[in-house]
Amino acid sequence: MSVLALSQKRIKKAKVWLISIILLIVLAAVAYTFLYLKHDANMTDVGNRLASPTQAHPLGTDHLGRDVLTRLLLGFRLTVGYSLIALAAAVIIGVPFGLIAGLRGGWIDRLFMRIADGFLAFPDTVIAIVLSGLLGPGIGNLLFAIVLVKWVNYARMVRSTVLTEVRKDYVTIARINGLSTFTIMRKHLLPHIIGNVLVLASLDFGKIILLISSLSYIGLGAQPPTPEWGAMLNESRPYFQANPEMMVYPGLAIVAVVLVANVLGDYLRDKFDVKKEVQP
Amino acid sequence: MTVIEIHNLKKSYNPGKLAVNDVSLSIQKGESLGLVGESGCGKSTLAHCLLGVEKMDAGSIVYNEEPIAHANRKQLRNYRRNVQTVFQNPTASLNPKLKIRDSLLDPYLQFKDDLQLKHFHFTSKQDFVQQLLETVELPKGLADRYPHELSGGQKQRVTIARAISIEPKLIVLDEPTASLDVLSQGAILELLGSLQQTLGMSYLFISHDLAAVYQLCQRIAVMKDGELLDVFRKEEIYDSNRHDYTKELIDIF
Repeated sequence: MSVLALSQKRIKKAKVWLISIILLIVLAAVAYTFLYLKHDANMTDVGNRLASPTQAHPLGTDHLGRDVLTRLLLGFRLTVGYSLIALAAAVIIGVPFGLIAGLRGGWIDRLFMRIADGFLAFPDTVIAIVLSGLLGPGIGNLLFAIVLVKWVNYARMVRSTVLTEVRKDYVTIARINGLSTFTIMRKHLLPHIIGNVLVLASLDFGKIILLISSLSYIGLGAQPPTPEWGAMLNESRPYFQANPEMMVYPGLAIVAVVLVANVLGDYLRDKFDVKKEVQP
Repeated sequence: MTVIEIHNLKKSYNPGKLAVNDVSLSIQKGESLGLVGESGCGKSTLAHCLLGVEKMDAGSIVYNEEPIAHANRKQLRNYRRNVQTVFQNPTASLNPKLKIRDSLLDPYLQFKDDLQLKHFHFTSKQDFVQQLLETVELPKGLADRYPHELSGGQKQRVTIARAISIEPKLIVLDEPTASLDVLSQGAILELLGSLQQTLGMSYLFISHDLAAVYQLCQRIAVMKDGELLDVFRKEEIYDSNRHDYTKELIDIF
């Protein structure tokens, strides 16, 4: 085994450790909050605002006296939940689009792909901002905008995979055997697509979290008092100089989740690549 | 008994130039017919028409005394079940994401409802896969491997096993040895010969290699520029009335 391969193995090990540690921290925090503390995320206590960490408020309180840890954990559920919803919708719309375009070809393919090109011509953030502006700010509209931008990636990727694979002899032989288009899709093409989709999805997952958070930060996504991380960042902005940790916590949370999503993407890519080196 | 008849088949890709020009051939039961010619002479196009990958422009293919152009669903299914194929490139012929086992079972799963196998008797799919691997002289352990873990010769054996798995009447071999090294070529030809002995199917063996064709086939057809020039029995290869082009080919080998 070469030096390079060895160091890559070490990096992989380090990544697994990283994921385990982050998951452990999250689990410990969840357990702590829900076993010992029963704070309402929106319960204000102005007398105890901007408090330092105490036993009751392990990460202190924000400018309205709300418990930061509780909000952070609820924010995890919201942010991750929202991006999963957006992601699932994008995949569910994009994959069939790509399959049909790739397998049918002809004018259907051209029509689908011109629509996709139209969406691709704008940067994600710009479309999201424009749509939020048109439909009004709010998490629902933001998710709609994200789905609208993201499905194109899946449709295009699936289509290109289908186009390269259907020309290969094994698909021709399946056709000679009289396998239906659906069976060919399910048995022969899906294994090629599923890995790619999962890898792209796990990378997109991080991007969508960033997009939701950044648009919530500028006030176009989740509205106060929703404890979404980007919105939390936005709310703590005026108190940045006196209480910087109020911004650090949601910021760190975003970094951690995006990191985990990316490492997961790498892991899935290795997992679905059957051609990887067989472990000695 | 005739397995398949090709009557006056014509096919062109570009207007004005026929890739296959008025070719008629027939293949008898248990016979190997070799089809030789240089690259681009239309022999693969002929195979593709036979396999239904390409639509022919004119002519007919008769199977079971029935032109397949007029075949109904059931007859077409029967045709497909009885005409299998092995292509030139074994790597492209196997789905890289499927285990050997799943690739092997593809035709069986497609046709299992109306399949009556004479040679293979098995209790489970597992058993069937093992028998198939054994028949093409591959180790049983390969069933759970992926194609990229196999050599070119092994992969071609897998595609042959897949083709024979449902005991077809005819196998169209489209240059099955062309992408293999010389040793594997010989081994594959021997395997094809012995499989024909045990299973009794017919071959249409397409190749540019006259020596290989001579080794495997009882009859040889020669094509050039889309036209069928010469069809003769193997013993007649040195006859004086062979076509000039055939003599040229013989001189090369």
